[in-house]
Amino acid sequence: MGYTRPLDFEKDYLELRERLDALKDMAREKALDLGDEIASLEAKVAALKEQRYRSLTAWQKVQIARHIERPTTRDFIDALCEDFVELHGDRCFGDDAAIVGGLARFEGRPVTVVGHLKGRDTAENLQRHFGMPHPEGYRKALRLMKQAEKFGRPVICFIDTPGAYPGTGAEERGQGWAISQSLMQMALLRVPTVSIVIGEGGSGGALALGVADRVLMLSYAVYSVISPEGCASILWKDSRRAEQMAESLKLTAADLLALGIIDEVVEEPLEGAHRAPQQTFAAVRERLRWHLHDLEGLEATRRVELRYQRLRRIGAFEE
Amino acid sequence: MTIKDAFGSKPRKKYVTLPVYAEDLQYGAVPPVKRCPRCGLRTREEELAQHWNVCPACGHHFPLAVERRLELVADAGSFEPFDETLRSVDVLGFPGYADKLAALWESGRSEAIVTGRATVGGEPVVLGVMDSEFMMGSMGSVVGEKVTRAFERALEARLPVIMITASGGARMQEGMVSLLQMAKTSAAVGRFSAAGLLYISVLTHPTTGGVTASFATLADIILAEPGALVLFAGPRVIEQTIQQKLPPEFQRAEACLQHGLVDAIVPRQELKAVLARLLALHRTGG
Ligand SMILES: [Zn+2]
Repeated sequence: MGYTRPLDFEKDYLELRERLDALKDMAREKALDLGDEIASLEAKVAALKEQRYRSLTAWQKVQIARHIERPTTRDFIDALCEDFVELHGDRCFGDDAAIVGGLARFEGRPVTVVGHLKGRDTAENLQRHFGMPHPEGYRKALRLMKQAEKFGRPVICFIDTPGAYPGTGAEERGQGWAISQSLMQMALLRVPTVSIVIGEGGSGGALALGVADRVLMLSYAVYSVISPEGCASILWKDSRRAEQMAESLKLTAADLLALGIIDEVVEEPLEGAHRAPQQTFAAVRERLRWHLHDLEGLEATRRVELRYQRLRRIGAFEE
Repeated sequence: MTIKDAFGSKPRKKYVTLPVYAEDLQYGAVPPVKRCPRCGLRTREEELAQHWNVCPACGHHFPLAVERRLELVADAGSFEPFDETLRSVDVLGFPGYADKLAALWESGRSEAIVTGRATVGGEPVVLGVMDSEFMMGSMGSVVGEKVTRAFERALEARLPVIMITASGGARMQEGMVSLLQMAKTSAAVGRFSAAGLLYISVLTHPTTGGVTASFATLADIILAEPGALVLFAGPRVIEQTIQQKLPPEFQRAEACLQHGLVDAIVPRQELKAVLARLLALHRTGG
């Protein structure tokens, strides 16, 4: 088996791993005793794996976060929940395929799930606008969250978008108005809310699903005020300096935990969520279960107050 | 996109009448003059200032400095600033940010918004005015904190809030800390609003990005100045998406009104009277 779409920095590691797989296959097929060779290669593979993935740069994490094979919101919903029923539309203008949402059961209890949805290939990405929502997408998301509040269900949001869709129709239908409503209403929701950044957290379009009691982030996910390319192009007039900008923007999960922007990093497998999705789903399930249980033990008024205080602490200034 | 692009296609008058000022002839000095990007009229800056920087011929709204904006809206001598000593810090160690801030402070500016208490037509309010000349009015921690405190103080004192916005969006140099100011300010508006209090925003040119997608568009009543550009994404990013130039009228206040996004367009000279009337209509206890 081959490893599809390797990123530049992991090519030598994946090639070595493929050689190990081939050696194991050969030993099995031909009933050869290659134990020593296999053990030696396994040690090399393990060492190279540590070397390649323990010190990833911010830009390398951006590439993993954007990987086309990375599990999408839909993959997380299917893996973590039972009885998912997708609910469509904003009751106003249309149904935005860049946001998926609906009802499901998580660990026995009904929940409302909402998230940005990227496609798995170019055709699906064109249909879903690469996970970049229009105002109707945010209005659908908010509608489902208000519905959750009515029926007392917790809300789980999955964040994975390059940003809100930058088009004329989106602006004319009030992109800014839709996002600001989502921010304000999420801050006031009386049910428990957990958001998790599973891939790309692109600016206000991501934050619109991110005003929650707890904000988690996968270890290779990124969350940024602007894309490194966009920022380098505006401030340095050179989008090719994105790699350097990715460091400056402090957009990795570890950076954002240190800054108090997120509450917890959920470790994904060393080679990234897309190389071992089941392991990723299990880790996310465990943390979601823990946080929801914790939040369900609080009074609604107390939860809303703590959510406000959580935001209230964010900011750096001198007086 | 500049104001010039936006109004470049308007038909121009074929001639203008240039007023002659006796004192200029006397001293031979050339008074500072501004050319209207919309109709081409050249007006002395002093005269333009008397019209609150509105072109006397065509009504084009030039930018208005924060101090003059306060003069325009607040009753004389009524403004008492909040949080004047709040200063940004270079939280990320972002290249060039500390120097940029130092240079702006050197020039006497403190941040991209002033907030405080004032009366407008005799009605007490909490007022905020953004300064688009301070790093394009971008919202970092200080803007977010000042806006949030303004709403918290207004909630405590049960006063209405007026926010006059002008912003390039979130301040990139503060990274995610600036993005989260959108959530913080929106949450503060949410609490304030839930208490049944009045919030009026006045969108001025340009109001974009993170400010458009947070407190600016959460008001009970959203007013806009004529010609103000109000949108979320940057015009250049949108042009890349649609692969063509945006028409000059795109997402200007007039288009926003047409699309149902703002309540009314109010020319600058009428702003104070309209605000005073709205405040009086919400006055409680007679
Ligand atoms: Zn004019």
